[in-house]
Amino acid sequence: MEKIFSHPKSLKKAVFHYCPGCGHSIIHRITCEVIDELGIQDRAIGVPPPGCSVFAYYYFDVDMVESAHGRGAAVATGIKRAYPESIVFTYQGDGDLAAIGTTETLHAANRGENITAIFINNAVYGMTGGQMAPTTMLGMKTTTSPFGRDGKLEGYPIKMSEIVAQVLGSCYVERVAVNSPANIRKAKKAIKKAFQNQIGGKGYSLVEILSPCPTNWKMSPVKAWQWVDEVMSKEFPLGLIKDTTGKPSAD
Amino acid sequence: MTGNAAIGEAAIRAGCQSYFGYPITPQNELTEYMAANLSRRSGCSFVQAESEIAAINMVYGASVAGVRTMTSSSSPGISLKQEGISYLAACQLPGVIVNMSRGGPGLGSISAAQSDYFQSTRGGGHGDYRTIVLGPGSVQELADLTHHAFELSDKYFIPVIILGDGMLGQMMEPLEFKHEAPEVPPVRQNALRGAKDRPSRFVRTFTSNPPDLEELNWSLFRRYQLLQKQEVKWENYLTEDARLIVTAFGIAARIAKGAIKQARAMGLKVGMFRPITLWPFPNDQLNELSNTTKYFLDFEMNMGQMIEDVKLSLEGRGDISFHGRPGGVIPTPSEVLRVITRIYYQKGLN
Amino acid sequence: MKGQIEINRELCKGCEICIYFCPKKLITLSDQLNDAGYLPSAFNDSGECTGCATCATVCPEVAIEVYCG
Repeated sequence: MEKIFSHPKSLKKAVFHYCPGCGHSIIHRITCEVIDELGIQDRAIGVPPPGCSVFAYYYFDVDMVESAHGRGAAVATGIKRAYPESIVFTYQGDGDLAAIGTTETLHAANRGENITAIFINNAVYGMTGGQMAPTTMLGMKTTTSPFGRDGKLEGYPIKMSEIVAQVLGSCYVERVAVNSPANIRKAKKAIKKAFQNQIGGKGYSLVEILSPCPTNWKMSPVKAWQWVDEVMSKEFPLGLIKDTTGKPSAD
Repeated sequence: MTGNAAIGEAAIRAGCQSYFGYPITPQNELTEYMAANLSRRSGCSFVQAESEIAAINMVYGASVAGVRTMTSSSSPGISLKQEGISYLAACQLPGVIVNMSRGGPGLGSISAAQSDYFQSTRGGGHGDYRTIVLGPGSVQELADLTHHAFELSDKYFIPVIILGDGMLGQMMEPLEFKHEAPEVPPVRQNALRGAKDRPSRFVRTFTSNPPDLEELNWSLFRRYQLLQKQEVKWENYLTEDARLIVTAFGIAARIAKGAIKQARAMGLKVGMFRPITLWPFPNDQLNELSNTTKYFLDFEMNMGQMIEDVKLSLEGRGDISFHGRPGGVIPTPSEVLRVITRIYYQKGLN
Repeated sequence: MKGQIEINRELCKGCEICIYFCPKKLITLSDQLNDAGYLPSAFNDSGECTGCATCATVCPEVAIEVYCG
């Protein structure tokens, strides 16, 4: 028998500190598979956020640099401007990219910075214990919306991908999920395209990934994965939002 | 040229590869100089960022990738940059931050002031850290110290703040540039440029193990001790026989010099001690002057900030008077002369 | 196509996602705790595995290797 599924080369062999059923480790794995397939391990530079994935550098076997909260797009801009041959990617949560980092995200996209943004949307601030996030849905109970998010008091879930698609410098925006085998495969394709765009100098690419957070959603992993289909993707529809690159992915 | 432009030209000649800025008076001429002169240089980059916060984070990114990089702003914008500066210091990354300070606090005034001394010299962001702080007093010094800033920053892996002010930035003086711009901007060894032929690395300070962070802090402070031994710069002006020594930095020192010249012409034995490195502060060098006289007059364009370092240096052996004008009010040499004269006679220094 | 999987029981955190998605229902929860205190998944090698690798695709811990032949 031939081994047909194994550990990607650019994923370190470390035990993940993520919760059972968390989407982060899936996304780390498929991103590393993409890095392997595109042969960019030696020029990739990743920018993880504060948050559950602050230790992403224990897992991604590429150069990485810690970023201040929300500032990943600016840090990535600085790296790419200093060293354009690098393949720079940010890995950001929803609070990071769409609350404190909204300005940096929009303006990096607006300038068409040739970087790849991987946006992990789990509708809460995970690391800090499950507070309301910009993508928390109406009625959703979190530690800072204990009565359920009320649009009049607490605003509405932000569709950051649709907003980024409005700025001319963004070339590719797609929303995917990692809650089923089919979705995981689509997510990997999207991530691959987002990196290929950077290699081809096309501008700013954003892949939003709906990611289960069983702990803060207070569900079992299986229920959390189902909830992404049943509830989350009704609010955040999956699919291609923008593609001005003129080419489908190499797959 | 103007002070602001001189900083820009000196930075380019020092091999600055990227500049990230944002409009704020009174340093816009520097941002504009870089837009006109850095952006089209081969291998170089200019970005007018969306905010001062974004700009300092771009500096952080460019620095990690191994190039000489800088940002500039004025007081309120420098407040915004404090988190980013803390990260630079923590991750031991070079970078030059220019503050052409203005009156504060708050939105303040657009006129020159010196009220960011504490912010600059005490590690203005969170955590225990220091940055080198240089206090130029002329357009020539702005150029020389800009070059020096990049050299020190790279040598010691520490951010460097150039603490200028609105007047120095706007004034126009003749100067000489002592260096030529390199053909290709230099790249630091050990930069993060992809794990090619080596294991991957990461740059970070966050740790869930406090003793690791403790060790980082100790190691930073050992470097700071080295800096205190090796890199202080100061100027003694007519201090050998002085009965009253003025302590001042930057533009205030310039104004004071005018007053001291007039005082000397009147027969008053006045001198000046001017720190040029505000951090590391030339404590020992100032302390030595207490052998010459115990009478000092600290003159600053603020409510009294450098005076604390003056007091610390003199270790209780000085009689220190203070004259300060905050808010962006520019004192004249005559005003300072009046204060010098009053103190001189009050203390019976005839 | 005959397939086989190997589950690294010490990496498994018992999230049960592989159990949920296996088309042939060949994975169950073990009743032996691993060192981390989880009840890990266990493969029932009944010969029906086709090596579709669905379990490995969904495993967050990269704890499953898949063989096919």
